[in-house]
This record gives sequence, structure tokens and C-alpha cells, in this order.
Amino acid sequence: MTPPPAASRSTPRKRARKAKPGSDSAKVDAAACLHMYRQMMRIRVFEERANELYLTAKVPGLTHMYAGEEAVAVGVCSALRQDDTITSTHRGHGHCIAKGARLDLMFAELLGKAAGYNRGKGGSMHIADQENGNLGANAIVGGSAGIATGAALSARMRGSTQVSVCFFGEGALGQGLLYEVMNMAQLWKLPVVYVCENNLYNEYTHFEETTAGAILARPRAFGIHTAEVDGQDVTLVNAAASELVERARAGDGPGFLLAHTYRYYGHHVGDIKRDYYRSEDEESRWKRERDPLTIFATWLQERGLASAEELERLEAEVREEADVAVAYGLEAPYPDDGEVSMHVFA
Amino acid sequence: MSSPDGSPATETDRASAGTAHQPPRIITFSQAVNEALAEEMRRDERVFIIGEDVAEAGTPFKVLAGLVEEFGPERVRDTPISEAGFTGLAVGAAMTGMRPVVDLMFGDFLTLVMDQLVNQAAKTHYMSGGKLKVPMVLRTTLGATRRSAAQHSQSLHAWVSHIPGLKVALPATPEDAKGLMKTAIRDDNPVVILEDKLSFQDKGPVPDGELLIPLGQAVVRREGTDISFIATSSMVFAALEAAEQLEAHGISAEVVDPRTMVPLDVDALVASARKTSRVVIVDEGHQSFGVSAELAAVVADGAFYHLDAPVKRMGAMDVPVPFSPPLEDLTVPTPKRLAALAREMCGAA
Repeated sequence: MTPPPAASRSTPRKRARKAKPGSDSAKVDAAACLHMYRQMMRIRVFEERANELYLTAKVPGLTHMYAGEEAVAVGVCSALRQDDTITSTHRGHGHCIAKGARLDLMFAELLGKAAGYNRGKGGSMHIADQENGNLGANAIVGGSAGIATGAALSARMRGSTQVSVCFFGEGALGQGLLYEVMNMAQLWKLPVVYVCENNLYNEYTHFEETTAGAILARPRAFGIHTAEVDGQDVTLVNAAASELVERARAGDGPGFLLAHTYRYYGHHVGDIKRDYYRSEDEESRWKRERDPLTIFATWLQERGLASAEELERLEAEVREEADVAVAYGLEAPYPDDGEVSMHVFA
Repeated sequence: MSSPDGSPATETDRASAGTAHQPPRIITFSQAVNEALAEEMRRDERVFIIGEDVAEAGTPFKVLAGLVEEFGPERVRDTPISEAGFTGLAVGAAMTGMRPVVDLMFGDFLTLVMDQLVNQAAKTHYMSGGKLKVPMVLRTTLGATRRSAAQHSQSLHAWVSHIPGLKVALPATPEDAKGLMKTAIRDDNPVVILEDKLSFQDKGPVPDGELLIPLGQAVVRREGTDISFIATSSMVFAALEAAEQLEAHGISAEVVDPRTMVPLDVDALVASARKTSRVVIVDEGHQSFGVSAELAAVVADGAFYHLDAPVKRMGAMDVPVPFSPPLEDLTVPTPKRLAALAREMCGAA
């Protein structure tokens, strides 16, 4: 069942570029580009540090790593306003960071500390950051599709121009809720963008074993406007997301973005021996040939938007930020016992 | 939630506290729900209704008749037949500043919305450390004997009552239907209101003007000294009828209506049990593992040394609701069976 290596399996990058000249013609804003690179690096380093914390048993429970998919979260969230809303998934650290979260409060949450985003009561799979419009990660696959669509309905009813983005993995394509709410979103032309992150695997099973027909045929059946991108190229993701977001904001209805991507780690931190569902060769090829940070670093340097030294300096700054954030989380106190029965009811 | 002297509030108390000089206004349960929704929608433009056939149809029970004409199709929003989907939309809308009222046509369809209700609505406030709120109401039905068979007759209030984060109301009268609905709409939590589908045309007094009934306040529907019937939803009326029958046998039965399962007015239930020393819990959910078991446990725990008999339960039979009328009638508590049980417990069989 091991799929052929990614490079020969599909060429989303090529397809997307053919369909949309995208990056080269995109208006280049150096500061915005460097911010996107920094956000991607923050996700990468956050996940490295989170993984270490889990493997050294400093963090309780488990977590699902976003590394490898950075260009999707950052490309999409960079197309959003701060007051636009997102819903996220069990693999949600990347969305959270890309929407503007602080690393220290995230580490504190992963560690179950009172200083965490959710006072330690949500943990890795439920981080919510209301101030930045993150309505929360969700541990039910596809479970937030209704919430994201409802936030779009709410924006419409309140007379706001906010857009709502629903992130989900290709595994959520198996959930009926998604189709119920896409139907309503298109019926009522709601300002919501569904972002399908196809990282190829529904947990431990290749998506082709679980997904009949073409993915994009599904939103198209409702008449939803769709786009497909190489999810490893942040400039392409950002261009495609911007178009869908602005359509939605203008009242032209929902969008569906299919981003082809890959997760570097296993389904969760404990999924270390993965050869029964994907080969080491496949993993190393994605990392070597399709790494979103490498692709974007090359792009920035080719256009003279950043030097190698600048990017190294940026990485060092991010690593320092992560060190401080990890220390903050480790040193922060646990919630008082009295918190256990707080917040059951508002 | 008792009155200042510690005894539970009674209907007489409330009547005398209100506009006693005016004859009470009599309206149907259905009109009471309709009034509650209309008043809250006029008061707060964040309130809207979402569900199947809620607009021009006004639901199959016509409870919402006239609302779409006043508030328009945006705020009385007809949906596809997608219960999980529109309940999920309500959760998201509630999290972002609206106050939706979900209309779930039959309580049996709770099965279809449980993830959105249980994993999403109920947990969001807690999981977010108190940051996010889900101020929504889900109104649906319970109750058998409408000859609707097993998938349109269930009373599943135990399911939602079991979940921390959900409040649950079971109005028995038109007055409570209105007052609890209005309070629920103003509550910052998800509240599930289950109305007996056979009560919609029942009439009762509903005072004019603002009517807000707190969640978590039981009411004594009838005072008595020998035995307490703690009855939920329309079982209140079965209990009142049984109490009438018992009077002829010299048995004085008290009827207490908890009105909400969550929060539960434990003090009022225990006070009645201590007073009468015998208790039957009457509830239309299946008897096993249901609401009646929880209420019985609460009463036994709080009144053990005052009891002269084990606390008894009378719930619906543990069978899927049959279609055939004579069979269906066997499955639910009736005044006759309740009175017989009470006489046995009082040593008067």
C-alpha cells in the first residue's frame, strides 16, 4: 500500500502554476514576504521543540505535528485580517501561530499550565485564541465545519465583512457534516473558505484508499468556487487564498482551496515506525525536494528580497524566541485545584 | 433556590405576588413559546431561529406561525434537512456574537446532532478556559402516545442532562414554556428545552408582560403530606390526576415539578421528600439509566433518614415505542398506575 514517491505521484506545483501564473506576477512586498517566512519558521521551530518536549516526557498526552505543512497555514492566514475567524484541527499548532498566536502561551497550554491560552484546560488539540480570531482547534475530524460556517453566517447577520476559514485535513472529506454545511454556505452565499490540507494520509491510511472520485468534484457539486495549489509554495497558497477570501468578503460566496502538502512527522508524536504506510524514501524526498521553507528561502533570495545571512539571522531570532517560550511554559504553574469546576458554565 | 423561609415556592405564592387583581390570561403552550420567541427577537436583534420548516410552515406543530412575517427569512431561517449542519452553524454563530435558537423538529433527532451539541457546544467554554461562550438554545420535543412510532416518540432528555456544560429545561405549562424559554435565550450557555409534543394545544394561565423564570427553581404544583410525586414535563399532569384520585382514598399527595434538570433544584426535591416521607419520581424517559434514577438518588441521599419507603421510579418502559395504540399506551406512566403505586407505598393497597 506504500504510495509511489511524491515527486512521481503528482505534480501539484506544476499543475497549479500552469493554471495560475501566480508567484512571478504577484505583487511583491518584501516586508510581508519576510513576515510570512518568519511565521513559517516559527511553526517549524515550535514543532521541533514540542516534539522534543513530548519525546522527553515533559508534556502530558500526545500531539499532532504540523511541520511540513507550514506554507498552507501561513499562506492562507496571511490573506486574512486579524478579525477574520478560523477554525482549526487536531493538527492545529500551525494555524494558531499563523493567525498570530504567541509561542509562550502556546507552550504553556501544551504543558497544561494556567498561563496557557485556555488556562491549560484545552491542551494541544483545543487551543483557541479569540483575540486573533482563532475559534479553536477541534479534535473531532471535520467537527469544526459547522462552527466555521456559522461564524460566516454570524458575520453576515451582524453586517460585518469578516471572512471565516475552515481548515481541515483530507481525512475530514469522509465526514457528512462538511457536505451539509457546504450546501448551506453556497445556498446562502456565506463568506467562508474551506481549506483542505491534503497531506496524503488519513491518520495511517493513504487518502486514495478512502476517497472516491476527485476531491474538487465534491465542492463543485454545490457550485462552490474552487482552487488547487501546491501547498508547499507559500506564494502560490497566498495568491489562491487571497482570491477566495476576497471573493467571499465581497459577497460572492464560499470558496474551497485544495492544498497538496505533506506532514513530516507521524500522525502523532508516538507514530514513529511508519514504514507500513509510507516509506522513508518518500518522506526524505518531500523534505529534500518539497520543503516549504527551502522553497520560499530560495524564492526570496532569487528575487533579492533577502540574503542567506538575513534568513539565518531570522531563524536564530525565532529559535531564541522558542527557547524563551519553552522556558516560560515549563516554569509556569499548573492551575489551582479550584479551576477544575470553573468554566463549565459561563 | 427556595423562598426566603426555606420552603419551595408554590404557584399560589407566585400568583399572589403577581397581578392578583386581574383574571389570568389563558393561552396555549404553543402560543406561549411563540410569544417568548417574538418578545426576545424584538428585544435583541442577535436572536434568530434556525431549523427545518420554521419560516412559512411555522414547524409541523405551527408553534412558530407568524414569526417569519414579523422578522423575515434571515432571522427565521429555513434550512435543508441537515440537523447536524444547522446545529453546527448555530454553535459557530453563538461563538461569534449571535444568540441562535435551533429548532429541532423531533427530540429523536438529537441522535443526529450529538457531536455538535456534546463535543462542540457543551465543551467550548470550558476547553477555551472561559474565553469563548456558546449562548444558544436548542428547542425540541419529547413525549409518546402521539401514535408516531419508535423514531418520533422518544424522550431523550437524560442524554443531554448527562453532559456537563448543557442546561436542560422541561417546561410543563404554558407559563413555564414562555418563562423558561425567555430565560434560556438570555443565558450565556447552551440550553436544551424539551417540550412535550402533546402539550402544544394545552391551555393555561400566562401573565401579561415580562415573564422570566429562573433555571434551577422547582415549583410545588400541589401541596400534600403523605407522598411526593416528583414529576417532569407533562408527567406533572399525570401526577396531578393521580393525586386527585388518591384524595378519595384519604391519601394526600404532593406534586413537585423540578422544571429544569440542569441546574437541578435539589433543595426543593429533598424538602418535599422530608415532608411527606415517600417519593415517586415520574418521568417519560426510559426508566433504566434515566433522569428518574438521578432524581431518585438525589432524593434518597438528601432525605434518607426521613423516608418511610424506598424511593420509587416510574418511567417509560424499556422498549422502543410501539406504534399500535394499545401497546403504546402500556409504555408510559399513567395516573391510574401511579395512584396504585402510591396506595401500595402508603400501605393502603
